[in-house]
Amino acid sequence: MSDAQTQIPVTVLTGYLGAGKTTLLNRILSDSHGKRYAVIVNEFGEIGIDNDLIVESDEEIYEMNNGCVCCTVRGDLIRVVEGLMKRPGRFDAIVVETTGLADPVPVAQTFFMDDDVRTKTKLDAVVALVDAKHLPLRLKDSKEAEDQIAFADVVVLNKTDLVTPDELEKVEATIRAINPAAKIHRTHRSGVALDEVLDRGAFDLSRALENDPHFLDAHDHDHDHHHDHDGHDHHHHDHASDIHDVTVKSVSLRGGEMDPKKFFPWIEKVTQMEGPNILRLKGIIALKGDEDRYVLQGVHMILEGDHQRAWKDGEKHESRLVFIGRDLDAERLRKSFEACQAA
Amino acid sequence: MPTVAPLDLEGHCVAAVFLNDVPHFALADGAIHRLDNGHKTVQANDGLLAAFHDAANDRLITGGEDGKVFAVKAGGEVSELASAGKKWITSVTAGPQGAIAYASGKTAFVRFADGKIKEFSHPRSVEGLAFSPKGMRFGVARYNGATLHFPAAEGKPVELEWAGAHTGITFSPDGAFLVTTMQENALHGWKLADGKQMRMSGYPGKVKSLSWSVKGKWLASSGAPAAIVWPFASKDGPMGKAPLELGTRGNTMVTCVACHPSQDVVAIGYEDGMVIAARFADAKEVLLRRPGKGAITSMMWDKEERRVVFGSAAGDCGVIDITA
Repeated sequence: MSDAQTQIPVTVLTGYLGAGKTTLLNRILSDSHGKRYAVIVNEFGEIGIDNDLIVESDEEIYEMNNGCVCCTVRGDLIRVVEGLMKRPGRFDAIVVETTGLADPVPVAQTFFMDDDVRTKTKLDAVVALVDAKHLPLRLKDSKEAEDQIAFADVVVLNKTDLVTPDELEKVEATIRAINPAAKIHRTHRSGVALDEVLDRGAFDLSRALENDPHFLDAHDHDHDHHHDHDGHDHHHHDHASDIHDVTVKSVSLRGGEMDPKKFFPWIEKVTQMEGPNILRLKGIIALKGDEDRYVLQGVHMILEGDHQRAWKDGEKHESRLVFIGRDLDAERLRKSFEACQAA
Repeated sequence: MPTVAPLDLEGHCVAAVFLNDVPHFALADGAIHRLDNGHKTVQANDGLLAAFHDAANDRLITGGEDGKVFAVKAGGEVSELASAGKKWITSVTAGPQGAIAYASGKTAFVRFADGKIKEFSHPRSVEGLAFSPKGMRFGVARYNGATLHFPAAEGKPVELEWAGAHTGITFSPDGAFLVTTMQENALHGWKLADGKQMRMSGYPGKVKSLSWSVKGKWLASSGAPAAIVWPFASKDGPMGKAPLELGTRGNTMVTCVACHPSQDVVAIGYEDGMVIAARFADAKEVLLRRPGKGAITSMMWDKEERRVVFGSAAGDCGVIDITA
């Protein structure tokens, strides 16, 4: 039956012009990794490889007609994915390259909001390529550069050979401040190991957060810092110094076991009310009386959650939740989150 | 009892049609199979994405990943009509006087019978194309509405606005109504004489298949567990009226509809490959084909109203003989 068809993984590649996307795409298409990729690009441009599976597509952002301004999809992707999936045997995975200025959200939401696309494919990860030399400038003059980092599961910090070790530290600290949950790889000439960007399962609830050491440790420094600056539109982080010109912030919450009767209505209300401001959310929740870890992830108002696996012996039953977004009221989120804890 | 002559092919069937009464099956890999004293195959596009049955000329127009448009005639004659470069051809249609139209990205092209090609650029992607049955006029489904062009004349196109992404388009057989399918689970309609609009919603899924009944009295649609059939016989179309729901099933969805050429009957194809025929007057159903391997993607009745050709997403195609 057709419904037994396996879902094809899709990797979304974002990054400004000159960040190294084409170099990485050429590597994905030419490396002998034994997998075949269909690549959806905005322009054939400089991809020097002749391949039937490179599809040129005009970025078409469609607002859904449901009154929700954050409910946007990429209409062209729906059509291209549908077309590609009529001959599924030709490739093992799909890579979507976005234009430099692209907002990654509609791309990602397409894989959750369109039933046909969701049946046939699954979003694997959003990868942002960042030019170490020019990121500070980009962050000053555009919201998109920041969005791309904030939204990414993997950040490839490229062209590290063009900056001093000190500059590199600062750039990485900036990225970390925008998105504490992303995995960062330093590289030059887009030389990141392909298995660090492909087949990550970052949106797969059974795998999400499992391979994400940053999520469970550290970064309390950042969180406290965010809490202190609650309410400001522009945050300037001491450790990120002068180049941190960003409006996105993350709110990381930590608590004990949650009362499911309180937690679920709360998270639904938060995503309904704050949806437009939330770029990503990820969480591992310990529910009172539940043997299993409950994992959550979201994009704007889209929220997915599932039981993941049993808590291991000796593992602390702790709940962690990270919001990445704009204009988030960290203090209110923290207080209301903590109020969901089981008595 | 209807009998089924199966044709098991490999791959997604984009269109199943009769050309000169011979069943033809256009597959996504561009192969055109036919049952013409045995199973024969010719090749059209390298990657076939869109197909339209040009009834007036008894041919199938195809467009595909290779950026080309072909005409396939009975007997396996394939001719290239146009080429638009490396970009995909995502939609094709045929109109009066041997004209065809095709779309690539934001551009719609009309190719007249003499081979002359005219381009129509749009600010957004061309999602769907259809010719009006009357006059040299064609419609483009696009984001936030539809655009009507008059390719034989100079002058401004007519813009019909309705918020949302419109993905497919069809004119009623008398040319009075224009109906689009939408990215959201709905149809939208315009009465062209006065611009009155109608919204046909309530579908649990996207509508991908539309079929006008004889003389355009009804418009059948997929996208629900039943065929949803809207009344278009009165001058205001379905405004304020409820549709018929035919062939309702609890566990699957209708994926394809094809109205009978002369009677108020519709062939209904489902996600699980089942095909039935249902009569509008009393909703009486006849099973035409048991469930198969894949969703029904395309169906057509023959001129003698005796056979239905069908294709599926899994390649298990065939011809149903309803008189046998």
